[in-house]
Amino acid sequence: MAALTDAPTGVQPAPAPQNRRRAPVSRPRSVLITVARVVLVLVFVLPLLFMFVSSLKPDLQIFADMTNWRAFLPVGDVSLDNYAGVFDRVPFLRFLLNSIGISGLTVVLGIFVNSLAAFGLSRLQWRGQQAVLTAIIATLIVPFETLALPLLWWVNKLPSIQLDGFHLVFTTGWIDTYQVQIIPFIANAFSIFLFYQYFSSIPRELDEAARMDGAGWFRIYRSVVMPLSGPAIATVAILTFLPIWNAYMWPLMVVQREELRPVMVGIQYFFQLNVAWGQVMAYASMITIPVLVLFLGFQRSFINSIASSGVKG
Amino acid sequence: MVSTTPLAPGNEPAALTTTRRKSARPFAGGQRRPTSARSRESRTAAWMVGPAGILLFLFLVVPVVLAFILAFTNARLISPRPAEFIGFDNFTNLFTDSVFWASLRNNVVFALVIVPVQAGFGLVLALLVNAKVRGTNFFRTVYFVPVVTSIVVISLLWKFLYQLDGLLNQMLVRVTFGHFTPIDWLNNPSTALPAIMVMSVWQGVGFHMIIWLAGLQTIPADLYEAGDLDGASGWQRFRYITWPGLRATRTFILITITISALSLFSQISVMTQGGPLDSTTTLVFMAVRSGYKQLATGYASAISLIFFVLVLTVAAIQRFLTREKV
Amino acid sequence: MAYRTIRRLSAASLAIGALALTSACSGSGSGSSSDASSGGGSSSDSTIELWTHNGGNEAELGVVNRIVKDFNGSQDKYTVKVQSFPQDSYNDAVVAAASAKKLPCVVDIDAPNVPNWAWAGYLAPLDLPESTWDGQLPTTIGKIGDEVYSYGFYDVALAMFARPSVLQAAGIRVATPDEPWTKAEFADALAKLKATGTWPYPLDLGTGGGGEWIPYAYSPFLQSAGGDLIDRKDYQSAEGVLNGPEALDWANWFQGLVKDGYMAAKSGADATADFVNGKSAILYSGSWANDTVRKAFGDDIAVIPPPDLGEGPKIGGGSWQWGMTDQCKNTDAAKAYLEFAHQTKYFVDFANTLGLIPATEEAAAQVPAYAPGGENEIYLTLAKDFALVRPVTPAYPIISSVFQKATQDILSGGDPQPILDKAAKDIDADIKQNGGYTY
Repeated sequence: MAALTDAPTGVQPAPAPQNRRRAPVSRPRSVLITVARVVLVLVFVLPLLFMFVSSLKPDLQIFADMTNWRAFLPVGDVSLDNYAGVFDRVPFLRFLLNSIGISGLTVVLGIFVNSLAAFGLSRLQWRGQQAVLTAIIATLIVPFETLALPLLWWVNKLPSIQLDGFHLVFTTGWIDTYQVQIIPFIANAFSIFLFYQYFSSIPRELDEAARMDGAGWFRIYRSVVMPLSGPAIATVAILTFLPIWNAYMWPLMVVQREELRPVMVGIQYFFQLNVAWGQVMAYASMITIPVLVLFLGFQRSFINSIASSGVKG
Repeated sequence: MVSTTPLAPGNEPAALTTTRRKSARPFAGGQRRPTSARSRESRTAAWMVGPAGILLFLFLVVPVVLAFILAFTNARLISPRPAEFIGFDNFTNLFTDSVFWASLRNNVVFALVIVPVQAGFGLVLALLVNAKVRGTNFFRTVYFVPVVTSIVVISLLWKFLYQLDGLLNQMLVRVTFGHFTPIDWLNNPSTALPAIMVMSVWQGVGFHMIIWLAGLQTIPADLYEAGDLDGASGWQRFRYITWPGLRATRTFILITITISALSLFSQISVMTQGGPLDSTTTLVFMAVRSGYKQLATGYASAISLIFFVLVLTVAAIQRFLTREKV
Repeated sequence: MAYRTIRRLSAASLAIGALALTSACSGSGSGSSSDASSGGGSSSDSTIELWTHNGGNEAELGVVNRIVKDFNGSQDKYTVKVQSFPQDSYNDAVVAAASAKKLPCVVDIDAPNVPNWAWAGYLAPLDLPESTWDGQLPTTIGKIGDEVYSYGFYDVALAMFARPSVLQAAGIRVATPDEPWTKAEFADALAKLKATGTWPYPLDLGTGGGGEWIPYAYSPFLQSAGGDLIDRKDYQSAEGVLNGPEALDWANWFQGLVKDGYMAAKSGADATADFVNGKSAILYSGSWANDTVRKAFGDDIAVIPPPDLGEGPKIGGGSWQWGMTDQCKNTDAAKAYLEFAHQTKYFVDFANTLGLIPATEEAAAQVPAYAPGGENEIYLTLAKDFALVRPVTPAYPIISSVFQKATQDILSGGDPQPILDKAAKDIDADIKQNGGYTY
């Protein structure tokens, strides 16, 4: 895995924009490219369009329309009934607030913990630095699914502090809490790697200057490096947010109380003996739209930040 | 919308200007850190790396170690009988299990196809989006939309599209004027895995497009200008300027796609449950099925252990290959 | 210097605050659940928790809530608190909770899982008076040996649905419970329907379904053909029953339905919707589909028993049931609740609300649709005459999982004999590894 760590050390700060790079593309080619892009847009958008459109139709019509282009058109018996049905069936707002809280906290803590670790790894000099970095990056290869069972057993052995009325009680086991959905996902090797990459592109002379002014390392982290790392922070925020928001298997295993469940788990509520597919589509739309709106709102800085956060390797 | 202006964010040049101004101050570089400062630096580093290190240890290393131990026991998720060490029994059972070999084969095939296809298609998209045509921002956004959508939702949707009387078949029949015989994509052993590959590329390619774009932005414009002066064709420009300029990006993309391809699970779980006839089962899926549905924790851990070894091997090979070209 | 310290302090307190917030949230969130399981203060001693699979199913959850409300109001010693889960993840949640020793007092359980959970020590016998079970459908009682571990309020019956007008037009007899279709008659009916060219696939057995649906719906065909999931003599081996000649007959018949083009190897996501939309002529589903098809076709609907493949028609029996866990600290409360709930009016309530078969004769008499002559009496008949419970053995989870895979492989065109041989071998190996699952 050292390949990951070796390559980037010499990376320069992101170069200035190079939009003047090429002569405008010739006309026929530009038409061709546009056609290709439009076809691709259809390919990328149609499945999601199918979801939104189906969420407006009664179940029987979804299946009747599925064999032709009507599947993509809001025609026939269109209504918001499915959405009303969703609210009857699941406590949607509660799930939504849980998901927002869980992903929000994981993102904030994740940014802090991982950037601090990356700072320690990239700016300070100490023995065993390279070994620790390699070890952290090696953990990238472990997919969560294979760890879920041992982790379940393990978090159930961990001590926990809970509020019981006005008393703090020590209990054992993290099952059925918010923390079990947050704390295991704060530290993330990929995030550390992204910060490490980005920090490596910020000139070290800045540190020296700050130290001349009497700043400690945490101050340098706080006041020099982090303010320059906007793109990396945004990238890590997004890449932490998505998997937590979309988490499915883990909350199913560890959360029993309805009040603690996140939105993705809610989709299970619709798979009864008679699956209400219209409501499934409505619910899927409702949990996808917040992310899409968030994404569309920030898309420019979002994509820019991924692009410039040092992922370039 | 029109701008092809690339991806360096606006705030950065300004920030860098400030830094340059600061760093221009004279100072006496390397001599400023005697040994005591060194050890203080070590302490600070421990304090900074500590939280992440402890968390990774608790929630990653410990479960991995547990999986290693459990792999040699007959532990079950629920059972009145205590777990016993049974040596290599789980592994010998595994090696005679035809589902295991099918899973391994599917993992390898999936990765061998997905890595070049997704990387290549991502590059094509990046080049398309990078070309100077109207609406770049819009297209870039659209291609990225599947990345932010939940894989569970996407798998449900595509299951509908892949049905025998689903839209994909209907469309193919129209396009070929009826010459195409509809295929039950997900229930045909020869098309199920390819169908899942197509969907996976669709879902993941936007992310890698962005990474390629980032790589493209780092190639100095002068090189292209020089190429234009020499009258280089589009292909030559790509072959001799773009491609070599993307070396570091290639390594990064190769490794991230490989790891995610080998971990294939959600799509299988929602769409095919490993079938038909084991044509889509994977190691991770098999581990989850044994561990959770059949409650055989020990057996599942053995599968996970083999999976770790597989990924480590692949990573080592890739490291060796990418090293060579340096 | 001071500035630096303040900066440091504020950053640190931010981090600590965030962590505190996390544990505070979890505290307020799970306080009551720890009350229920660990019994904190004196007031919470009498509160027990009840878990149900009805999350997202307003109708059924409504009945459960009514019973609990009545119970809580009927006395003031105990309080029951309902926690609902979506059905698809319910089993996983209970298994996870069981392994974490966090089970509540009262749970509902899908009937075939009762033996496994009893064996694993997660269920305790109910110890209710024997007379409680008089007049109750045997498929709705979870009995192991002589002990009753669980009881259910209802059962569901599998059945085939077809429109008599369609069958008669194709010259096919409408089968009845007294005179079901024979294997040959069924094949003939499918051939005739196929010949009309109206349906790409005349039969829809719901092959698009997965999970527990597969053993529930298809193992009765296997039993009708003379095979079984496991040898029910001692529940130690599947060898010879799951891969014997009768089982092979079943597998060939089942696969033949696909090969002959009578049904899809994987039907649509919603077989009932496809039937109503005219995509199939014969639908194999359960009593829960009754309302949808009757609404669509009115009187032009016949409820038909599955075909007789040799040993008479068979359907799956056993639905959700209620039991008490071994981890329950307040068994008096749990028993009081389960005894209270076993009242005819609640059986009637379930039946009326869900349209499912009431589990006792007394209740059936009070539900017009299931009373003699009622439009749903047929389901009661099917359940009484043809229902067979899935094997009562702790090995059931592995049997179910193995059978699911085998059936799907057979539907996909795999060679039946080796598939069944492997299935029998896998089941036997698991039973052996678990010391025969003896109690």
